[in-house]
Amino acid sequence: MISVNGLDVVFGRGHRALRAVADASFEVEAGGVYGIVGESGSGKSTILNVLSGLNRRWNGTVTIDGERQGQRRDQDFHKKVQMVFQDPYGSLHPRHTVDRILSEPVAIHGLGQAEDRVLRALEEVGLGPEFRFRYPHQLSGGQRQRVAVARALILEPRILLLDEPTSALDVSVQAEVLNLLTGLQRRRNLTYILVSHDLAVVAHMCRRIAVMNRGVIVEELGVETLRRRAPEHPYTRQLLDASIGYNREAVATMEEFEGGV
Amino acid sequence: MTALLEVDNLHVTFATRKETIEAVRGVSFTMGREKLGIVGESGSGKSVTCRALLGLVRPPGKVTADRLVFDGAELEQNDARTMQGIRGRRIAMVMQDPKYSLNPVMTVGEQIAEAYRIHARASRAEARRKTIEMLEAVKIRRPEQVYASYPHEVSGGMGQRIMIAMMLIPGPDLLIADEPTSALDVTVQLQLLAIMDDLVQERGMGLIFISHDLNLVASFCDRIVIMYAGRIMEVCSAADLHQARHPYTRGLLNCLPQIDTPPGELPVLERDPAWRDGVS
Amino acid sequence: MTTSSANSIATHRHDRLRQWLLSTAPRSRRQARLGRAYIAWLTFIENRLAMIGLGIIIVLVAAAALAPIIAPYAPNAPNLAERLMPMSSAHWLGTDELGRDILSRIIHGSRLTLYVIVLVAIIAAPVGLLIGTVAGYIGGWLDVVLMRVTDIFLAFPKLILALAFVSALGPGIENAIIAIAITAWPPYARIARAETITIRKADFIKAARLQGAGPIRLIWGHVMPLCLSSLIVRVTLDMAGIILTAAGLGFLGLGAQPPLPEWGAMISSGRKFMLDQWWVAAMPGVAIFVVSLGFNLLGDGLRDVLDPKAEGR
Repeated sequence: MISVNGLDVVFGRGHRALRAVADASFEVEAGGVYGIVGESGSGKSTILNVLSGLNRRWNGTVTIDGERQGQRRDQDFHKKVQMVFQDPYGSLHPRHTVDRILSEPVAIHGLGQAEDRVLRALEEVGLGPEFRFRYPHQLSGGQRQRVAVARALILEPRILLLDEPTSALDVSVQAEVLNLLTGLQRRRNLTYILVSHDLAVVAHMCRRIAVMNRGVIVEELGVETLRRRAPEHPYTRQLLDASIGYNREAVATMEEFEGGV
Repeated sequence: MTALLEVDNLHVTFATRKETIEAVRGVSFTMGREKLGIVGESGSGKSVTCRALLGLVRPPGKVTADRLVFDGAELEQNDARTMQGIRGRRIAMVMQDPKYSLNPVMTVGEQIAEAYRIHARASRAEARRKTIEMLEAVKIRRPEQVYASYPHEVSGGMGQRIMIAMMLIPGPDLLIADEPTSALDVTVQLQLLAIMDDLVQERGMGLIFISHDLNLVASFCDRIVIMYAGRIMEVCSAADLHQARHPYTRGLLNCLPQIDTPPGELPVLERDPAWRDGVS
Repeated sequence: MTTSSANSIATHRHDRLRQWLLSTAPRSRRQARLGRAYIAWLTFIENRLAMIGLGIIIVLVAAAALAPIIAPYAPNAPNLAERLMPMSSAHWLGTDELGRDILSRIIHGSRLTLYVIVLVAIIAAPVGLLIGTVAGYIGGWLDVVLMRVTDIFLAFPKLILALAFVSALGPGIENAIIAIAITAWPPYARIARAETITIRKADFIKAARLQGAGPIRLIWGHVMPLCLSSLIVRVTLDMAGIILTAAGLGFLGLGAQPPLPEWGAMISSGRKFMLDQWWVAAMPGVAIFVVSLGFNLLGDGLRDVLDPKAEGR
């Protein structure tokens, strides 16, 4: 469904150029849930921005649903691929009601029956019709993220790109949103790419996982390998150790990993 | 264990035009020179509790308590001068984002040195020497270089080390850390905790560590206070967290995704209105 | 029905309306919008100075609307028998050098003042908003060109530039309006551009782009509504300046022409009698002062209500 080959992204020019993603390649099959895990600045979100078309300066080949993608994307692409952002406070327009947020994509693509679609999308993310005319500031963090998911789903895409969708939420709300995403994926046979810094979240959601450090995919592994705690790359092992919690001895052995660039 | 801090029936309320918000509703706990974790979700009152201890609650916020005793001395909420003496000198606080706590137009070293001179009336050279010493104590490899850098030139993890160095200069007895590592990467986060851990042990200080991350607090602290809706749900020793009784604590633990458990529906936390009213 | 029960029904109805407006679960687009406006209104009426400002503006508008009814005399009817009369019960604010009633002229002059500020606002604000948002959103060379043009206009003092335009276009109130509008838009373009640049990077703009929204939809539907509040505040605060510029042009004889009762022109003709018949010049001056103050107070109050940063995020 998604195939990325030799993807390179460079920010800036000349001697201040920073290689944010270096020679990244991976594949995601239709209906698959693929995870990208890494620390801040590892380039994991940059890959999502390239896939979604938000970042237009990159090299390599990106094929989505059999079509090779250029720098610019057309309207049909947007009906196929949608994205959910990290911060539910920043991803909803503060002056638009939920109704307007959800009906705008319907209007852009001339789909018709806006009211039906809006109510159905709200129901699907577990929000009642009473939420339809609220403003974002009248919603909790979890409810906002549900609206953001509903907005992504209203065009009935086949691929959903999830950029840290729960890291701004409390753990109890995170569980609700993760359950929602799992349910939707099964019901609609969606293809997900989930980016997160939290190994546990990625392990819970994904079948295959890429571990990134400083722009490089250092290891790609199946979730079973992660559960057996048997990754190959020392960086992945360190992330795994760190995710268990604090341990004075383990911290002493932690090291800085240079990127492979 | 003698008590370093005793809090009895602490209330913090914020009165606005429309309503009165009770952020903290009857919190009582006692701590010694140990690592105490306060865990809760957003809005649980964990940060406000610590701000109240430091007298940092501004009007319209109102703090009341039956007893607030720090190292044998009553913390008089009304006496601003005494509070200022205790705050900073004997109780220090590290906040989430060092960027907002440091002066952007002064070098990091000068700021720490100045903080030291206010407390110790030392000469410039003396303050500088002490600052370098403190930067070394928080495991900064090139303290001279960091001394001369400006806050925007240092990374988040480094900034937090600098804040800790600055807070430790007057030799406080209690350090309050309010989500000091939440914005940092997991490995940096753990390194920072190791630094605080070592310092607290060496100096025999008390530490209040506020966080939303139950796993982290359980592995780092000695005892844990679990808060919800401005009340303490449960206090337990960190080692026994996984045998916690309170349904809220259990709910929080269960809804965390785990690496080893197979995927499926995560149990969702059902909130009992009784927790809010404190009939437990 | 007794009065008290009628009263209680009225209060009851009032309460119901209030609840409907403050509902956190509005059932229609209209209810959501009205509820929002109601909350803004509640914040606004708490600011006493802003209410004074609003009161002054309402009096101004009422005076302009009802001028022929409330003015005791015709504004341009000379009465040489009663030249330069001091304040009296017949002429509350005295008369001018042609024996015209000053109060009546001020009341009729409010129409001109309102005419000028409304026209300037509806010409300059949209121009500034459009140029600023387009420059900020599209960026690149378009931004450079538009902003340099803006800088050129900003480089000259407002009154001097307006003077230059009026002397080129010829004196008269319409030309004064055009000249003021031409000098008034650049600050609005700057404000709108600054706001746009911060909004442009927001996630909700990215999300809309991913839904296939084009630049026109984004600028019109997403960026402009967020620039609008700071612009409204700025325009309101600028009203005082516009009134003063218009009065200045009138004073110099380049704005409204006699016998129109324009306040600046009235001061201008009164200055010859400044020492002996001070009221001829002072009364229109007080009118300008009060109205300018009114707009400033209103603008400050609006800032508290409309500032997007103050809103619960």
